[in-house]
Amino acid sequence: MRAICRQFFLIVIDTATLRQTATPMESVPAIATLEIDLDERLNFRPGLIQLYAHEIRAGELSWPLSAALTLTHSDHGGIGTLELADDRRLLARWRYTLARNPAALRFEREFNRLRDSLISGSPPATTVAATCPICKAPLPPDEEECPNCARELHTPPSTWVLLRLWRFAKPYQGMLFAGFLLTLAATAATLVPPYLTMPLMDDVLIPYQNGTPIDWVKVAWLLGGLLGAACLAWALGWARTYILALVSERIGADLRTTTYEHLLKLSLEYFGGKRTGDLLARIGSETDRINVFLSLHLLDFATDVLMIAMTAVILFSINAWLALITLIPLPIIAWLIHIVRDRLRTGFEQIDRVWAEVTNVLADTIPGIRVVKAFAQEAREAKRFRDANRHNLEVNDRLNRIWSLFAPTVGLLTEIGVLVVWVFGIWLIAHDRITVGVLTAFLAYISRFYTRLDAMSRIVSTTQKAAAGAKRIFDILDHVSSVPDPVKPVPMPPVTGAIQIQNVHFRYGNRAILRGIDLDIRPGEMIGLVGHSGSGKSTLVNLICRFYDVSEGSIRIEGVDLRSIAVAEYRKHIGLVLQEPFLFFGTIAENIAYGKPDATREEIVAAARAAHAHEFILRQPFGYDSLVGERGQALSGGERQRISIARALLIDPKILILDEATSAVDTETEFEIQQALNNLIRGRTTIAIAHRLSTLRRADRLVVMDRGRIVEIGNHDELMAKQGHYWRLYMAQSKQLDEPPPLGEPEKEALPPIVLPEPKAAEREAVA
Amino acid sequence: MSAPAFTLNRNPFGKLVFVGADGIAHEGVTPVRAFALTAPDEGIALLSAEGKELLWIDRLADLPAPLRTLIEEELAQREFMPEIHRIVAVGSFVTPSTWRVETDRGETELILKSEDDIRRLHGSRHPRGLLIADSNGIHYLIRDRDALDAQSRKLLKRFL
Repeated sequence: MRAICRQFFLIVIDTATLRQTATPMESVPAIATLEIDLDERLNFRPGLIQLYAHEIRAGELSWPLSAALTLTHSDHGGIGTLELADDRRLLARWRYTLARNPAALRFEREFNRLRDSLISGSPPATTVAATCPICKAPLPPDEEECPNCARELHTPPSTWVLLRLWRFAKPYQGMLFAGFLLTLAATAATLVPPYLTMPLMDDVLIPYQNGTPIDWVKVAWLLGGLLGAACLAWALGWARTYILALVSERIGADLRTTTYEHLLKLSLEYFGGKRTGDLLARIGSETDRINVFLSLHLLDFATDVLMIAMTAVILFSINAWLALITLIPLPIIAWLIHIVRDRLRTGFEQIDRVWAEVTNVLADTIPGIRVVKAFAQEAREAKRFRDANRHNLEVNDRLNRIWSLFAPTVGLLTEIGVLVVWVFGIWLIAHDRITVGVLTAFLAYISRFYTRLDAMSRIVSTTQKAAAGAKRIFDILDHVSSVPDPVKPVPMPPVTGAIQIQNVHFRYGNRAILRGIDLDIRPGEMIGLVGHSGSGKSTLVNLICRFYDVSEGSIRIEGVDLRSIAVAEYRKHIGLVLQEPFLFFGTIAENIAYGKPDATREEIVAAARAAHAHEFILRQPFGYDSLVGERGQALSGGERQRISIARALLIDPKILILDEATSAVDTETEFEIQQALNNLIRGRTTIAIAHRLSTLRRADRLVVMDRGRIVEIGNHDELMAKQGHYWRLYMAQSKQLDEPPPLGEPEKEALPPIVLPEPKAAEREAVA
Repeated sequence: MSAPAFTLNRNPFGKLVFVGADGIAHEGVTPVRAFALTAPDEGIALLSAEGKELLWIDRLADLPAPLRTLIEEELAQREFMPEIHRIVAVGSFVTPSTWRVETDRGETELILKSEDDIRRLHGSRHPRGLLIADSNGIHYLIRDRDALDAQSRKLLKRFL
């Protein structure tokens, strides 16, 4: 900013006045338009700034464009600011929330383009057609969001979510249809026996009571029919349950794998915002819950509905009046179910959240158990767990109060329904309208489906649970990766390791982390990134790996924008060695060959030798076949690091990224690792972050970063001579050891490794 | 492999002595298999007593016979991996569980601390093999779990 910030005046933009500013120039469309949404006191109030070929207009005010005008953009805490100034003072300041930020940046860009043409006198450079960062399609003029990609799902959860499961059921529709037919047949078969009781009663038993001898042949036929129907129902029921269980199990498995595969494709940004316990619960238990719902509850429910429908038809065909009376409690129960459904839905969602909370406590504590014990916080963690559990209990108790009332009410209604049928049936018999056999058949039927109604009422809770589960699954499936693969990926050019970083900005949430980084990295060059914690080093490296996408600007490899190359294709050329090497459960050989599963044993051994890991691996009980990882053999930090270096070496990447690769180990191990790294660095573009500045002495160029900007570039000696940021960092490290700073001839290997005072963790948290 | 540029002998104390091309003698050399499970006969390293690699042998079969027997003898002394032929009985189906097993080295008892100590082997050599670590760190091998008798398989199944 200029030094004239004393006497600026603020512009209040009023929409009412805006409408009155219709001037003859209105016919000329604005070159850029920015709708701001805050006033100068940061109250929400809409406003408009427009850029024309010769002036900037905001409300009634306007400023003619001149070479002296500058438009500066900045943001802090989620609020963006545009400041217009000439060479003497601030002219205007506008505020907006970051939702408008892309438009504001575009406005600034257009302004600069126009002003530059004023200065140079040449016509304004034509703007490059902006493209959507996701699908690479050209954006409509003056729009910042791609209409194809900006669609987001903001639908509230409903039971209809379950219908989306059809996508997974579709491959099995043949089996599903067979299952449906079997269900139909099986249900019909179960309805035969009560029907047969009618002739049994009316034609055999009652005539016998009236003195007619029993017709044994008829009895044999009827009883045979009962047995036959039961056997048929058994066989059909078995076939249907088996087929449908088979299908639902497959649907569940597909759902699980699809969700997991989708999850793996999501960017680190997504994982940064989620907790492990929650994701584990979603993929594990939610899919299982949906599965059980499909194979058990939904199947039973469908059978029950079929049975009620068929029963109703039979009852009506026997006696319409009695059928009507019998079925009256049904709508009442349906209404009851409907009322409770709404209450239960919110309750079950709440239970899910509380349950995730319980698992989260476990997922937080168990990996960090050393910290818990070291700080003697077992009691506190136990209390956290107890609290989460108590919360779980409270929520469950509240829900159970409604839920427990539900089932007995259904039971009571059932009993009342049966009673009504008795009363009305006896009355009908008394008036000779029906026979005893008909009443018996009715009672047999309704006792069947009233008992099923009780079970059916349970469908409410299971459907709600399954719908809640499905919603949480589709939350993952609907999430589009923020580092998407381009629709039409550009083929990867032959990689030499040239990286151009042009005007890169990166924002995490509402914090700007990188602000305009420009860096040209030559093939085979080693770049050391230096700076305080939080200066954006790790973020820059993450952007180069394309774990995140830049908010603005571009990173190009061999002249091609990273976003237009298939992610997996690109990452094949990157070797990454992290501060804390992650080893998967498996053998050492498998871990080394992680990036290249078909590597031969010779290749693995060669990589391990180059990484100085070979000898300690041989000391393991099964050599390269020894298990490491979560519950494997205990390896030291340095040993694990060297395995991860071997892993990076094996894929022979053109670009190598070392993110604090040696900071977690002691100096002697660091020396070993440093030797291993020297093998690794040779002939590759290397970007290294280290807080021990001595480890970067080999770098061709050191890039010093401070608060998201590059402040110095040069080799060690140049930067020391400059006495700038790097020099101060170096001095700070040297002072820690109470040694005179080695300013003279640097003796490369003998320099003591020095540690920056800042802990590394803070920065990683900021980015993660 | 042509005539090896080293000598390997057993000294009177039963230790292996290695003399490499540089003429320096190393006493107490130990041969180590790099891929003890997946390719035991490929990639043998001779380590000095300090754990430094002295020699790498790509394939044991390439060595001249006397040398090979010397190394194999030494390996045999160091390797103890009984092979389970039959599971006679198990103490309980919850771990820790004491198993009575018949191995190629005789009948013995092992204590399985947890199901996690049963490691499934992959690869062409033992595609259906299992490696069971007992509480003392001894590894028992089941070469092919399908080749066990019915009783053993039934017992084993409860732990897999």
